[in-house]
This record gives sequence, C-alpha cells and structure tokens, in this order.
Amino acid sequence: MQNIRKTYRDGTVALSGVDFTVLEGEIHALIGENGAGKTTLMKILYGLLRPTVGRILIKGKDVNFQHPSDAIKNGVGMVQQHFALVPDFTVVENIVLGSEPCRQGVIVDYRSAIEAIKKLSEETGLIVDPGSRLEGLPIGVQQRVEILKMLYRGAMTLILDEPTSVLSPIEVEDFFKTLNSLRDKGRTIIFVTHKLKEALAISDRITVLRAGKVTGVVNSSGTTPQMLANMMVGREVVLKLEKKPVTLGEPLLEVEDLWARNDKGLFAVKGLNFTVRRGEVFGIAGVEGNGQTELVESLTGLRKVEKGKVKVNGKDVTNSLPNELTRVGVAHIPEDRHKRGLILDFDLAENLVLGSQSNPPFGTRFNLSLGAVYDYAQEAIGKFSIVAPSEKVRVKYLSGGNQQRIVVARELGRNPDFIVAAQPTRGLDVAATEYVRTILLKMREGGKAVLLVSSDLDEILQLSDRVAVIYEGTFVGVRKPEELTEEKIGLMMGGVEPDS
Amino acid sequence: MAKEGSKTQPPSRERKIDISVLTQSLLAVALGFVAGGIMIAAAGYSPVVAYGVLLKGAFGDFDSIAETLAQATPLILTGLGVAVAFLEGCFNIGAEGQLFMGAFLAFLGGYLIAMPAPIHIPFVILMGIIGGAGWAILPAILKVKRGAHEVVTTIMMNWIGILLTSYLTLYHFLEPTASIPETPIINSSAVLPIIVPRTGLSASFLVALICVLVIYYMLKKMPLGYNIRAVGLNPSAAEYGGIAVSRVWVTGMLISGALCGLGGAGVTLGSYRRFVDRFSPGYGFDGIAVALIGRNNPIGALLAAIFIGALYSGSVYMRLITHMPKELVMAIEGIIIVFAAIPEATRLVRMAVEHWRFWRAR
Repeated sequence: MQNIRKTYRDGTVALSGVDFTVLEGEIHALIGENGAGKTTLMKILYGLLRPTVGRILIKGKDVNFQHPSDAIKNGVGMVQQHFALVPDFTVVENIVLGSEPCRQGVIVDYRSAIEAIKKLSEETGLIVDPGSRLEGLPIGVQQRVEILKMLYRGAMTLILDEPTSVLSPIEVEDFFKTLNSLRDKGRTIIFVTHKLKEALAISDRITVLRAGKVTGVVNSSGTTPQMLANMMVGREVVLKLEKKPVTLGEPLLEVEDLWARNDKGLFAVKGLNFTVRRGEVFGIAGVEGNGQTELVESLTGLRKVEKGKVKVNGKDVTNSLPNELTRVGVAHIPEDRHKRGLILDFDLAENLVLGSQSNPPFGTRFNLSLGAVYDYAQEAIGKFSIVAPSEKVRVKYLSGGNQQRIVVARELGRNPDFIVAAQPTRGLDVAATEYVRTILLKMREGGKAVLLVSSDLDEILQLSDRVAVIYEGTFVGVRKPEELTEEKIGLMMGGVEPDS
Repeated sequence: MAKEGSKTQPPSRERKIDISVLTQSLLAVALGFVAGGIMIAAAGYSPVVAYGVLLKGAFGDFDSIAETLAQATPLILTGLGVAVAFLEGCFNIGAEGQLFMGAFLAFLGGYLIAMPAPIHIPFVILMGIIGGAGWAILPAILKVKRGAHEVVTTIMMNWIGILLTSYLTLYHFLEPTASIPETPIINSSAVLPIIVPRTGLSASFLVALICVLVIYYMLKKMPLGYNIRAVGLNPSAAEYGGIAVSRVWVTGMLISGALCGLGGAGVTLGSYRRFVDRFSPGYGFDGIAVALIGRNNPIGALLAAIFIGALYSGSVYMRLITHMPKELVMAIEGIIIVFAAIPEATRLVRMAVEHWRFWRAR
C-alpha cells in the first residue's frame, strides 16, 4: 500500500500518507492506539473503504478494490473485530454463506462443503465441528469459524483485527500456535493489535501507526516493548507504574460466606470470604467465567446474594440496591461499558449523571436541572481529560478510551470510598490504560479501597497489594504479588494450589 | 487523525448518508406519496388531481382545517401514549382497549353524576385517565412480575375492553330511541364544548395540546423522563445506574394508558357526548403509526397526528370528487402511512431484541 490517505466526510483525516508493506509468508503486526487508523487502513485493504488518495499493489500489480469480494478474489481476507456470523446457522452454513457450493445451480451441496472444511481444518489445525450450531459455541471457536470462512474462500493473506481481545490467556497461546502453522503453510498474516507483548511474541515484523502516520517499521527481534510504546504514543510511557507504600487502614469491605447464582441458576460464587482494607488494592485473577462477573454483580446490587453477608464500612449492605450502595460510597466500573456502563445513545453529559439524576445539584424528584448537568460535564471533561467535541456528543461516537474515561469520571466524581473495577482497561489503548491504572493507584494512596477484577495478569500483578485467584467460584489462594510468578498463577487459575 | 489520547472515531460506514431525523421522516413521507401516486395512476386516476383534492379537503379553508384537527385529536393522544411506551422499550399495542375504557369511564362520570361544570369537566377527564391507565396496569404488572410480553397481554386486553364496553352499552346503558347501539347523552355540565362552530373540533383538542406540552416537559426536564429514556435505550445500564427499572416501566406504561384513555374520553365528551359502541375506527392502532412517524417525540407525534388526520379528512373529499372506490382510498392511506413509519420501525425492531434479552435474563 503506497501513500494511502483517507479523509472522512466529516473532515476527519484518518490516514495521511501511509506506506505499508507486507512480505509474503510473514506474520506482520500493525500496532497503534485506538483511533490511530489501523482499522481504517485494513478496511481499505479489504475493500470496505476506498482511499481518498493512494494505491494498492499486490505482488507488484495495481489493484482497485471496490468491494470485499474484489479483495477476496485477490486472496485477501479479513476477520473483523465483531464477527459477522449467524447464530442460528450451523458452522458449515456459516462458512459457506455467500459462496455456497451448488449442484445444478440450486441445491447447496453441504457434503462437499463439509469435506472441504474438514480438509482445511486438518491442514491448519483450526478444529471445528461443522455440524454444530454456532450459538452456544465458545467465542474462541467462533473465531476459528471466521478464519475458516476466509480460508474457504481462498484467502492467502489474512487480516485479523484485534483477534485476541476476545480470548483468554490460554486461548491466546493456542491461537498463536495456529497462526504459526498457517504461516508455515505459506499464508501471510496481518495481525492488528494494540497489545505490545502479543505483537512482539507472534510477529516477524511490526509497523507502528500513530495519528494516521507510520512512525516505525521494525523487526520484532531486538525490539523492546518500551521502544514500541514510545513509537505508538510519541512520548515516554510509564509501562511500570510506581506504587508508593501505603499503610493499611480500617477494613472497608467485608465479605462473609458469599453465595450467588449465575444466569442459569447454578451457584457461581461459592462461599467466598475476604476483607479489603483502606489503602489496599485487592486483585482477583482467574480465567473468565469462574464467578468473577457474579461476584462483582452481587457486590454492586445487580445480582441477588443467596447466602452470606456483605459489609461496607461496617454497615450491612447485603442485597442493597445500586443507588443505596452509591450512597454508602461504593462505585462500580462495570466490565462491559457498552452493556452496563453507558447508555450509548445518551449524550456525554447525560451519561455523566446516570445514577445522580434526581440528586442535587442535578435534580430533585420533579425537576432535572439541565444547566447544572451540562456545567458539570464541562468541568468533568477537563478534569478527567476526556477528548470530545462537546458535552452534547452521543457517547457512541467516542473512542473506547474516552468512553471509559466517562465511566471513570462518573464513578469517581461521586467521591467514593470503595471502588469495584471490573476489567477496567479492557480494549483500551496504552495512554488510556495508563490513565485508568494511575487513577486506581491514586485512590489507594488516598486511603480508599479498590477491588480489581481483571483477566490481564500484568495488570493484576502490577496494581494489587494482594491477589486472590478464583476458580469455579472459590479462591484457590490469596497471595502477595511478589510471591507469584506467571507460572504459579497460571497453575492456580487452572484450579491447582501450588505448594508454597 | 488523533492527538495523544485519541478522539472521536470515524463513522463506521463510509457511505452512511448522514441526514437529520427530520429530513429522514420527511423523505419517507414524500416516498409514501410517490408510492401512493403510482397506485392512483395504476388505477386510472390522475395523481396530481387526486392529491390536489386531498390537500384542498384537508387544509382548503378554515372549516376543513378545523375538521382535520378534530380528526387528529384522538390520534395525538394515542400517538403520544404509544410514544411514551416506545421510549421505555414497551410495545403498547393496547392503546385501542385503553381508549375504549377511557371513553366509557368518562361517559359514566358524565352520565351518572351531576356537578357544576368547572368541577365536572376535570372530574370526567380524570375518569378517562383512570380508565386508560387502569387498563394498562395488568399488562404492566404481568410484565415486571412474570415476564409476560406486553404485546401479547395488551392485545388480549384490547378485546376485553372493546367487548366489555359493548356489553355494558347494550345491556345496561342502551339509549332506547337510538338506531345504533349507543348510550344516552351525558349531562351538559360534562361536555367539552365545540370551539369552532359547525365543525367537530371540540375543546378536547386543547386537552391534547396541553398533554403534548406536559409530556414534552416530563421527558426533557424531569428525572422521570430521563429514567424512562434510560430504561428504553439500555435497561442493563439503567439498572446499574440505580434506576428502579420495574417501577419506571410500570409508571411509563400507566402514563401511556392514561393518554390513550384521555383520547377516548375526548371523543365521548367532545364529539358524541355519549358512548357509542365500537366508535373507534382504530384510533389506538393508528396511534402506533403516529408514534412511529413522529419518531417518539411529543412534537413529532402532534405533527404526525395532524398529518394522518389530514389524510383521513382529505381522503373523504377526494373520494367524493374523484369517485375513487373506498378500498383504493384506504389502500393509498395505508401505503403512505407504512412508508412514513418505516425509518423508526426499523430502529425499534433492534431495540425490541435487546429488551427481550434483558427481561428474559431476570
């Protein structure tokens, strides 16, 4: 791709003169912060967008993609961040969708499709059961289906947009093995990510984008995460956060024998006991789906506590409603900011007062003071470094990092004592991640308490004062981060209590 | 494109045409007229003449404008009611039943009780509100307690309401001298007076206008309005934000029912001055179209109701002048309304799916 420029209709310049070269048979990582233009560049390569200026050459030949089908004809396939699969269809139906093999031109020949898929599966190690319905399959398997869909159409170059964001650490390992075997079979892979470690672990070469420009093309060997981070952000980034010693205070959260059920009615939290003290970050690590979500929801009033006691500041708040918990100083950064944390069609200011809309100064029972709401929003935009055109922009138009800043601003703006942070940096770029982590540590230094639930092990080990590893609803162990190695924690996440 | 920390993301689809909600709706209405015109032409009439007559019939002189507004009055109220429900993610298909109950209770209040007009009129209006809201309570409670989908329950309540009022009229309040099933006339102290002489436009139109303003204020300036919109757009986030989702949901449904009941009361108190069995040509169902065309906005609903009112009052004239068959006229009305309702309907389908997931998980 040469000298690619892209200006959107609203005047936003997404790419300003990008040269991007991928060699045949390599794994090439494209990294950059959210909004740096990675996805735009890849959409151009896949024919979803047309560049304003610039040309694309494949094996030295000029191509002009009007539509993804043109790209596929030239062997370029893309797996987007949000899958395009039909939940009610089977795996094979999903894979052949749009390019069904037909007999006599009308009857779909599933038998030959299944044969072809099985062959592809064996060849690449992407094992799927062609007959099973897509709905209910783990997300990792759905991803394999998406990749097979592209391979089935004859893609030799695969673009994978943030493929690991939906996978657990263990799945990521398997996934990398698959990528390596695909490369060994002669396929070219473009791996789009903002995770530095993954880019270094899997790729042969790396291109770094910042604000629509290439800021570096490097070989992966001999490059450090720090170097990449600096290229991405354009300044020195603190990858290791400084944790000041803090003396522990009173117990702020006390949990006794907590039991809660999941959506299917089975117990997902099974008799947890723990205490979080002022000045402490209590981390909970574990493979997702081991009761973390249910634990967080039962502490924040969103899920019924079946048995046990929750105390905040010595006060029994078991099964209190979310607004009552807000009043006693509990804040909650939910794991899914789109589902829980934000109302995407509300504007920025409206989202900032969610939960305080009938409290002064924003409102009384019968009156909502729009003036106060918008004044507060302007102040918060500055204070929490939210980048937005105005306080009246609908939050669905903001980047993930800015959306999360809104959630953080709202929750911390109420000056809470205790904050439950679930996956607080998921999907965020380097700068936003640094920002959220720094803020959580500031809370700790201010004598507040933080319960941190994260599937990012680095995050847990860096921020926590104590780490609990959860497995099937119980704690395998509670340790100081210094006592834990990645290997040890990995074993514990599998439910094995290592001898200590 | 972005400085450090990044800013707004580019629109996800490049070719997405970015036009305002208003232009979108006007475009849809225009396309509806084009489609209707094709139909008129195909039937061998001149679309230009037909639409000219329609327009003249609806807005030609002062009296025809008043007649259009009279037609629109019940639609303003049912449309407003359905819109409030839509905003909180509720598909109130029961507007018709609520309309009938409001109309009948208003009749009872006006017929059985005699009071001086300044107290009697507010009283019978209140009866209309109680009738409509009361008919919405059961579906609302079934939804929040048992998860019964309101589309099913409100449709059932429609028939109960229509047939119950029909029974009461025929067996308990029948006007013996009448040629059609209807009740005796209400006390004059409960009558909403006609405001434009020789037309059907009564003070119920003013009641509808006040409701538009009240609902507009409620949605924009009251925490309740904020809560209703929050629940509609994302019930999970509303719950997380400490909003009592079930309570807000029931409240919104009651407001919706009350407005529909008021629509019926207006017809009883202003137009017929009695309860007429099965009087509604589908005001409740047209309310759904009004809410959709008006994009669930109170002012939008007002304009959309006047639009449909004009279509109805103008089409009577169109039939008289052009001698089109009644069925063709109704089909033209229908196709115009369907086109106009499409932009909002597509959005609501997506919302319905999200809400279904939320309530199922409870």
